[in-house]
Amino acid sequence: MAVLTCQGVRKEFGGRVVLDGLDLTVDEHQVVALIGASGSGKSTLLRCVNLLEELDDGTITLDGEEISDPRVDPDRVRRRIGMVFQSYNLFPHLSVLENVTLAPRRVHRRARADAEAQARELLARVGLADRADAYPDRLSGGQQQRVAIVRALANSPRLMLLDEVTSALDPELVGEVLAMIRDLKADGMTMVLATHEMGFAREVADQVCFLDAGRVVEAGPPARVFGEPTQPRTRQFLRRIIEAGRL
Amino acid sequence: MSRVSPADDGVPVGRRHLPSAAQRRRAAYRRRQTTRSVLVAATSTAVLGTLLVVAVTGAPGWDRVRRSFLDPTIALDALPEVLVGLWLNVRLLVCCAVGALLLGLLIALLRTLRGPVFFPVRALAAGYTYTFRGLPLIIVLYVLTLGVPGLRLQGMPPVLVLGGLALVLTYGGYLAEVFRAGIESVHPSQLAAARSLGLTYRQTMRHVVLPQAVRRVAPPLLNDVVALQKDVGLVSLAGPIDAVRAAQIATAQSFNYTPYIVAGVLFVLLAIPLIAVTDWVTLRAARRQSGG
Repeated sequence: MAVLTCQGVRKEFGGRVVLDGLDLTVDEHQVVALIGASGSGKSTLLRCVNLLEELDDGTITLDGEEISDPRVDPDRVRRRIGMVFQSYNLFPHLSVLENVTLAPRRVHRRARADAEAQARELLARVGLADRADAYPDRLSGGQQQRVAIVRALANSPRLMLLDEVTSALDPELVGEVLAMIRDLKADGMTMVLATHEMGFAREVADQVCFLDAGRVVEAGPPARVFGEPTQPRTRQFLRRIIEAGRL
Repeated sequence: MSRVSPADDGVPVGRRHLPSAAQRRRAAYRRRQTTRSVLVAATSTAVLGTLLVVAVTGAPGWDRVRRSFLDPTIALDALPEVLVGLWLNVRLLVCCAVGALLLGLLIALLRTLRGPVFFPVRALAAGYTYTFRGLPLIIVLYVLTLGVPGLRLQGMPPVLVLGGLALVLTYGGYLAEVFRAGIESVHPSQLAAARSLGLTYRQTMRHVVLPQAVRRVAPPLLNDVVALQKDVGLVSLAGPIDAVRAAQIATAQSFNYTPYIVAGVLFVLLAIPLIAVTDWVTLRAARRQSGG
């Protein structure tokens, strides 16, 4: 069964149409990569799925429940979805451990010792055990982003939304974050990731969706979308990416 | 997975670094400059100080001013009364500062509530800050300490409490705006991150926004408390005897202004620790920001 379905999703910002009747289906254990130029609606779609933005039309369902229904409690939906941002957005006044345990303790009402044990285990798995008591400003960008992923995972989400999680990183730090996403895929996590890392999308995604002007223009397995794109706009986009040396 | 921790790397400790000739020349030059600056500063301070003392003590009216403002016997006589008054200032300051901080925080939080249900609350909170920031404190004091008791209601609190309430209401308005500025200075991405974890609006405020906001506005908040320290004395307009009022009474008895100077010195002494704390908090906030 599909974990996430978007049907005819529309979002405008002050008359500018950002999502224009977008359709998308994500199955369990599937990794979907959203590619496309800046402003094509990738981030907005992820924010809509996490109910950080209100839809102007269309429906979104999560595990068969329509979450775009205004009667649905958004806090309950967000507990089931993990989101990671381009700019990490760690809480600067909290230590790594406190960042990771905040939601388990306050949202899931887990005991402090319990939540901290789980957090330390998750941090150890990504090689950050010794940074648990550090504050975010003492970490490198790559470390901060890995903590942000761990923070989202601590909620045991059904679905992970990754919004250009490597775009703010120095090139030599991108690898450690991508390695972590690879591990998540191996664990069977269902993920939607907006990305500019075409090589990574090709490697890790089961499905690649090319977005243009708020619609999915072309979708399919990475080998086909990157190898033999059928849509002229996809071809044009990929040609520019190749010219820029990014594929 | 590869382990990268640039925060930790750098030059290994233990290997002694020998400064180059150029660096030694620079260091020597800087030392000479420092010595020169200290000498210049000391000389100019001494010259200016001497000029001031000569100008004041050499003024034609200096002897009369000294007798009526700086009489040591009268200062000593007035000191106990002024100190008793000052104790009232201190107690009022503590109560009013706590009250105004709590009220300010509450009003600021009410003003951030979104949604049509909260419109009346928002409007009331906004109306409050507009009114009490605009209204002179003396008028609030008169209305509360002279007007309200005139209603002759049962269980009317003493005039000191009413005066304190006037201070809390006035300063609560200023502090609410400082708190609100702090809350609005927290970047929206922090809210998005908190909400995306499933935290409710209240939890987001309590655990993510307020801790960051209060840290940022601690210096201006304390600055307002320093200002409040001077204004608490105004309750004496309604009867209670604070340090300045005590000095006024002593002045009226001795026909000498020295008690005012005594009260002034005591006020400054009282303010120094609070101002020092404010400076320390400001410095710490600035360091943290540049380090982050």
